[in-house]
Amino acid sequence: MTPRMLPGDIDPAEPAIPPTVAVQVDGCRVEGLQGQTLAGMLLAAGRDSWRRTRRGHDRGVFCGIGVCFDCLVTVNGVPDVRACQRRAHDGDIVELQGGDE
Amino acid sequence: MTRVLVIGAGPAGLAAAVAARDRGAEVVLVDASDAEGGQFWRHLPAQRAGRRESRLHHGWSRFTALRERLRADPGCEILLETGVWAIEPGERPVVHVLRGPADGGSRSRRALTADAVVIATGAYDRTLPFPGWQLPGVYSGGAAQALAKGERVAVGRRVVVAGAGPFLLPVAASLSGVGAEVAGVFEASGSRALAAGWLPRPWELTRVPGKAAELAGYAVGQLRRRIPYRVGWGVIEALGAARVEAITVARLDDDWWPRPGTERTLEVDAVCVSHGFTPRLELALAAGCALGADRFVAVDAAQATSVPGVYAAGELTGIGGADAALSEGAIAGHCAAGGHPDDRAVRRAVSARRTASRFAARLERAHAVHSGWTSWLSDDTIVCRCEEVTAGMLREVRAATPDAGLRSLRLTTRAGLGPCQGRMCGRAVEEVLGTSEASMDRRPIALPVRVGELADRETDET
Amino acid sequence: MHSDVLVVGAGIVGAACARALAGAGLAVTLLEKGGTASGTSASGEGNVLVSDKGPGPELDLAIHAARLWRETAPLLEDELGPAFPSIEYEPKGGIVVATSDDGALALVTFAAQQARHGVQTQPLTADQALALEPDLDPSLTAAVHYPQDAQVQPVVATEALLASARRAGAVVRAGEAVTGAVSDRTGRLVGVRTTRGEHHAGAVVLAAGPWSGEVGALLGVSVPIRPRRGVLLVTTPMPRRIRHKVYDGDYVGATQSSDAALQTSTVVESTASGTVLIGSSREQTGFDGRLRVEVMVELARKALTLFPFLARVPVMRSYGGFRPYAADHLPLIGPDERLPGLWHASGHEGAGIGLALATAELLAAGIAGAPTMIDGAAFLPSRPGLAAHLAGAAV
Repeated sequence: MTPRMLPGDIDPAEPAIPPTVAVQVDGCRVEGLQGQTLAGMLLAAGRDSWRRTRRGHDRGVFCGIGVCFDCLVTVNGVPDVRACQRRAHDGDIVELQGGDE
Repeated sequence: MTRVLVIGAGPAGLAAAVAARDRGAEVVLVDASDAEGGQFWRHLPAQRAGRRESRLHHGWSRFTALRERLRADPGCEILLETGVWAIEPGERPVVHVLRGPADGGSRSRRALTADAVVIATGAYDRTLPFPGWQLPGVYSGGAAQALAKGERVAVGRRVVVAGAGPFLLPVAASLSGVGAEVAGVFEASGSRALAAGWLPRPWELTRVPGKAAELAGYAVGQLRRRIPYRVGWGVIEALGAARVEAITVARLDDDWWPRPGTERTLEVDAVCVSHGFTPRLELALAAGCALGADRFVAVDAAQATSVPGVYAAGELTGIGGADAALSEGAIAGHCAAGGHPDDRAVRRAVSARRTASRFAARLERAHAVHSGWTSWLSDDTIVCRCEEVTAGMLREVRAATPDAGLRSLRLTTRAGLGPCQGRMCGRAVEEVLGTSEASMDRRPIALPVRVGELADRETDET
Repeated sequence: MHSDVLVVGAGIVGAACARALAGAGLAVTLLEKGGTASGTSASGEGNVLVSDKGPGPELDLAIHAARLWRETAPLLEDELGPAFPSIEYEPKGGIVVATSDDGALALVTFAAQQARHGVQTQPLTADQALALEPDLDPSLTAAVHYPQDAQVQPVVATEALLASARRAGAVVRAGEAVTGAVSDRTGRLVGVRTTRGEHHAGAVVLAAGPWSGEVGALLGVSVPIRPRRGVLLVTTPMPRRIRHKVYDGDYVGATQSSDAALQTSTVVESTASGTVLIGSSREQTGFDGRLRVEVMVELARKALTLFPFLARVPVMRSYGGFRPYAADHLPLIGPDERLPGLWHASGHEGAGIGLALATAELLAAGIAGAPTMIDGAAFLPSRPGLAAHLAGAAV
């Protein structure tokens, strides 16, 4: 539970506080803010890994800018979506990938 | 009317679009992201826009001015969430894009052509492999920065920043700005390299107001927050079973070999590592642009590449920071629209570019990667993250296939053949294998495209 | 430097020839202009096929070649040990699928002919096909299973053959390109000049694949081998869903045509690394290797007619290469009667991986004057089908 989000009310950037959204991640409800990426939402929820490699190792975000493809998830049935690039939408069904060998 | 297509809406691309419009060209600006700004001006999404977001950025007002100017300009079509996945070279290169949410399953395909193309795809940070770098909790410096600026997320509570180059400072500043404790910044370049790079012509620093102020700001910020900053030190291992629990740092010699006996263990829950930048070359290479010996896109005074009608600007042509990117972009856009680098309209940009490029050369001298880094790797250290190819496997195959070129070595080891296509490991693999004759930079498919999207009919070209 | 045999080209055919010749006790030097396994052998699927060939000498060669791979794969693994990467020999079999009524008739007829010439064929009902490949589009009209079809990782296979050849004493010289001929007073070819010197040998084997024409010209003969471009798509890795090599029935038509226009015929299969390969196009564009989106679109459309689930799968890479083809679409194996001392081993088009071992066997036997298990007369450069293309011998 090491990553976390700076609460908006103490953020010097004074961000607008948008409505919340909720997604299902492997069947569990995760809440977040509109405009967050799926990776941002998972990290803000304290989770730092969600994909498993073919050799069974956990991965999450590495590059954060869409280059490393470590953070891939399946979104609404579509595999290999970069969680750091995709904004979360209310009701998204996210499935974690890997660990299949 | 001349039509200019600009790829990338970071500092260079924005400046190029404005300059091309100023010279009367019709402009199409495309970017894969859903917001302008690129990595340098990565910011909160519109739904969470900050009232005081300028506090997180350098040159924020410059950004918003460029953005608003283009948004209000009917002669500039801004296509966001538009990723270029291929370029077909030819007399008029055809730029193939996918439009829709990132990696979505039903993006539409479109083919764009123009009289001139400005490629401003930027760079991403390079992280040299070290044992344990595949563990959750290890991030590139760019990730820490992007998550702080774009999500207001701190990747850890107690974090170390390491690598080489001035980028470590803004990373540390961003981390502490979102509430992380930065337990140290470890710069691999030794004081001798830094002195050689920074000191001989100190006056040059003063001519780069933006960059110097930016760096000075970080230095002051660090002092204020009392972040330990060490030069000649590197992270040589990340420790932990399922995620990072601690790191080993060591003093490095001038060639970046760790000095035995100087290792220390620090307990952290995240480490952010960046050893300079790698240009995003695939589109420029797909268009046929020649590279210089430094493996950046070669350009002339007009920012023109070796391919007629194709221009390049920003980090793609050499790491110079946002100020260099803005001036190069302005020159590229102006010349792509039919102008000349001697024109009055770009006189200031040309002069700023000269100063910025000297500055960049000094950064390169000071923070260049040294070959001793490969000594950090043990046989079971992963080099290719996607395919989990270790240094030992690379060395074994190199020995077993002594006459193989890089293509054969890649296909035999699978290094660089996973989803990132060698973007993360390419240069490291080349160095571990000791090959010099070829590179892993070519990626004709610049962005994964789904089979169904390929099979779908193209939507109408603009 | 003197060798018994010089082999030009370190692709899979050159590697197999070097291994066979060195294994027969000859002193072999292999010359390669670039790196080993860097050309055609690094640009294809690694097909070891019998399913795509109609009755005739090439089918006989392919059946023999498939058996050679089955026997040789374990020998190579034993010889090179566990530290050497696996050549991923997979005798997984192929399934050819027809998607139209016309196609169904053509496929079933073709398979029946093949069966009379030694090919194991097993016509499948739609249900049987779906039991073997559950993700196939169920609207298929006919399917035939070819259990002899197999797959190797072509680059590792080439490197393994080279490693084996080296162990038998062959010398590999990469980064050394042929620049001209060395002839004796009778005009016999007795060696080659290269970018790094001169090599002498009793025989020179030209195994330069699509570049055989260029090298032949440097040696003073026209070689009727031309490049034909082929492009493949590679998806991101996924849990395996495709178990065989699966082809659209029109694959057969394309290999035997010389139409220059773009042709594609679908070949879809999974690899050991989890990716799916989607091939393959055939274009006569000379050595122009630039990406063409039109080709990729065509490949994608045809792949979806076999496996609709691929629609959501990302393509992360495309690669292409040049395949060597002769005017009559048969490989060129044997001595060149116009230039004594020169031997050919090229022109396999997309079948070089599969036919490499059999080609090497024929060639090595020819050079040693030994008998062979199969008749190689149809592949001799002096065959009637090439006569028109060899007229005017020297260039």
